[in-house]
Amino acid sequence: MDLTFSPQERAFEQEVRDFIAQNLTSEMKRATALTPSVFSDPDIGMAWQRALHEKGWGAPGWPVDQGGPDWTAAQRWIFEAECARAGTPNVNVMGVKMVGPVIIGFGSPEQKNFYLPRILSGEDYWCQGYSEPGSGSDLASLKTRAVRDGDDYVINGTKIWTTHAHHANRMFALVRTNDTERKQDGISFILIDMKSPGITTRPILTIGGDHEVNQVFFDDVRVPVANRVGEEGKGWTYGKYLLEFERGSGIASAKLRDALKTVSDLAESDATGRAIDDPDIGLRMSEIEVDIDTLEMTELRVLSALQTGQNPGAVSSLLKLRVSEIRQAVTRLGVEVIGNDGLYVEPLRPLYRLNETPGIPEEILPVVPEYLNGRAYTIFGGSSEIQRDIVAKMVLGL
Amino acid sequence: MDLSLSDEQRLLRESVDRFIAETYDADHRRRSAGDPLGFSPAIWKQFADLGWLALPIAEEYGGLGAGSVETGIVMEAFGRGLVSEPYLSTVVIGAGLIAACGSEAQKQAMLPKIADGSLRLAFAHSERAARFDLSKVEAAAMKVADGWRLDGRKTAVLDGHAAGQIIVSARVASDEGTTGKLSLFLVPAGTPGITLRDYARLGGGRACNLDLANVSLAADALLGDGDDALPQIEAVVDHALAALGSEAVGIMQVMFDMTLEYTKVRQQFGRPLSANQVIRHRLADMAMHCDEARSIALRAAVMADAEPVARGRAASGAKAKIGKSARFVAEQSVQLHGAMGVTEELDIGSYFKRLLAFDTLFGGSAHHYRRHAALGGRTTPHA
Repeated sequence: MDLTFSPQERAFEQEVRDFIAQNLTSEMKRATALTPSVFSDPDIGMAWQRALHEKGWGAPGWPVDQGGPDWTAAQRWIFEAECARAGTPNVNVMGVKMVGPVIIGFGSPEQKNFYLPRILSGEDYWCQGYSEPGSGSDLASLKTRAVRDGDDYVINGTKIWTTHAHHANRMFALVRTNDTERKQDGISFILIDMKSPGITTRPILTIGGDHEVNQVFFDDVRVPVANRVGEEGKGWTYGKYLLEFERGSGIASAKLRDALKTVSDLAESDATGRAIDDPDIGLRMSEIEVDIDTLEMTELRVLSALQTGQNPGAVSSLLKLRVSEIRQAVTRLGVEVIGNDGLYVEPLRPLYRLNETPGIPEEILPVVPEYLNGRAYTIFGGSSEIQRDIVAKMVLGL
Repeated sequence: MDLSLSDEQRLLRESVDRFIAETYDADHRRRSAGDPLGFSPAIWKQFADLGWLALPIAEEYGGLGAGSVETGIVMEAFGRGLVSEPYLSTVVIGAGLIAACGSEAQKQAMLPKIADGSLRLAFAHSERAARFDLSKVEAAAMKVADGWRLDGRKTAVLDGHAAGQIIVSARVASDEGTTGKLSLFLVPAGTPGITLRDYARLGGGRACNLDLANVSLAADALLGDGDDALPQIEAVVDHALAALGSEAVGIMQVMFDMTLEYTKVRQQFGRPLSANQVIRHRLADMAMHCDEARSIALRAAVMADAEPVARGRAASGAKAKIGKSARFVAEQSVQLHGAMGVTEELDIGSYFKRLLAFDTLFGGSAHHYRRHAALGGRTTPHA
C-alpha cells in the first residue's frame, strides 16, 4: 500500500504539465481565476476544450473507439490534479461528461456519428433540461410534454435552472411522453436543437450577480422522433445512468485544494493585512485542509478499488455531500479573510472583462460572488437533504 | 498508487478479526474491568503466538518488519473488541522508542522479548503542567558517579502497572547545571524510589501516576547515547496517533452498526425509528463520519514514516478530525438509543467511554488542529 506514483505515471504527469504549460494562456488562467460561477464562459472554456481535443484528451472517460484516451484511473487522477493545480478553465461538463456517455451507452449509430465528434471538438455546446418550476427534488413529477405527431414530437412546457442555456446550441432533456401509473415510466430522453422555433430563454440572475442559469420555454417546439435517445419511456433510466457514469471517478479534492490555496494565499498577503495571523483563521484553514485530505483519501480509496477491478461500493455515494459542504466552507472562510473588501460590489460580468481598475485588489473580486453562488452547491444535482435520503436508502439499506 | 490491501495484509485482517470476534464480548469486558491487572496474560501470550507483538519490530530483532498499515489493521480490530491488553504501550510506543533511540545492545536485549511476549513496556512522559506539549518535561536526571538519579512526577502512564520496564523521560543535568537535553531512561518495575498509583482507565485498561524520588539507576539505564530524544518521541507519538486513529475507527463502526440495527428494531408510534427522516438523515451523517475517519486514519498510517512535517500534519490532522467525528458518532449513538443509551446495561456505554478516552489521549481535536496549523507547509495534491 502506498501513495506514490510509478515511473510511468510520473512521466505522464510530466506530459500533462508540459501540455498545460504550452496551452494554458495567461488570459485563460486569469479568466478562470476571476470566474466566480461553476463553469467558464464558452469563449474561455471551449478554447481549452479545443486544445484538449487536439491532444486527444478531449473526453477522458470515453471508450477509445469513441475518442477517449484510454487512461487508467491513476492517469485520470493525475490529469485532474494537474489541471486543478494549474488553474485550467472549468469546461462545461454537459457535453463530455453528461450527454456524451448517454449517447455512447444508448444512442443510435447515427446519433453517435453525428453528435460525439461535435462534443469532442467543442463545436456543439450543450445544456441540460431536467428541473422544472414544479419539479425540483421530485424530478420524476416533470410535466414538460412531448406529444407524437408523425415523425416529430411536439414539445410544450418549461425547464428551469438551465445552466448556460443562453450559450448552448443543444439541449438534452427529460420529457413526458406518457402518463403512466409509475411516473418514472412515462419519461423519455430527447435531444433538442436550441434554434428550433418556439424556444425562448429567460435569464435568471443569481445572488452572486452572475448570469449562469435560465428558464427555457417550449411552445409547440417540433423535434424529430429520431432525436430520442433509446426507447420511449426509458428516459429515467438513462438520466440515472448519466448521474452514475461519473460515480467513482469523481475527483474533486484537487480543485478544492486549489480553492483553499487561493484563500490561503490571500490570507498571507498584505492585501488582507495578513488575515492568517488571526489564530482562529489559521485553525479553520487547518480544519478545512484536513477535510480535503480526508476527501482525497476517500477518492484514492475508490480509485484503488477501481484499478484493481473491485467495486468501490457505497463510499462514492457519500462524496457529493462532503464535496459541496467543503466547497462552501472554503468560500465562507474566503469572505472572512478579505475583511472590509467583502463590502465591495462589482456588477460587471464577466469580471475578466473589467476595463477600469476596481476599487479593491483584482484577486479579491470573485471572493464574495463565489461564496454567494456557492450556496447552490448543496442544492443542485440533488440537494443535500435528497443526498441523505439516498444514503439512508442505498447505503444503509433503510 | 495503491491503497488496496496486499494478500498478507488481508490474511492479517481476517485472523485478527476472527480472534477478536471469538474472544471479546461483554462478559469478557466485565471480567477485565474487575481484574486488578485489567487484561489477560493468557491472551497476551496468544498475541505473541499469532505474531502480532512482533509486527512492527525489525526482522533482525525477531520481528516481522511490518509497518503502520499493519498496526492499523490490528488496532482497528482491537477497537471493535475494546481490547484492554497493553498493545499500544508495549508494541507501538515502547518498541518504537527502543528501536528509534536504543543502543544496539539495548535493542538486542529488549526487542526480541517484546516480540515473544516476555517483556511489556510503558512510557512515562506526560506531566501535569505540560498538558499535551511533548517538549515540556520537568522531571530531572542527574548524572552521578555510578549512573543516574531521577526525580519527577509523571501522569497518565498507560499500562505502567503491567510493565517490566518503564521508559521515563527527563531533562539531563550534572553538577555543572542542566544540559537541557531530553533523554529517556529505562526504569525496571519495582525500582526503589518509584511510587506507582494505578487506576482503572476510562473505557477499559489501566493507567497510573508515577512519582520518582531519588531513584538510582545504573549508567546503562540511559536509552541510546543521550542525544536529545524529542524528535524520536514526536515520531513515535505520531505513530501512536495513527494507531489510535485506527482503533477509534473500529470503535465508531461498532457503535454505528449497533445504532443502525437498533433504529430498525425499536418501534414507536407504530413504526421503526428508522422510518423517520430526521433519524435517517442522522444515520447518514454518522455513516459519513465513520467513512471519513477511516480515510484519514489510513492517511496517517500511510504517512507515518514520511518526513517530520508531513508526518506530523497527517498524524495531528487525523487525531483532530477523528476526535471530532468520534464525538459525533458516539454522542448520536447514545442519543438514538434513547434512555437505554445512558445505562450500563448496553454495550454502547463502554464504547462511548473508550472514544472519550481516545479523544483525550495525547491531546484533543483543538490541540491537534493547532499543531497542524503551527507545523505550516500546506500540502499540494497528493503523490
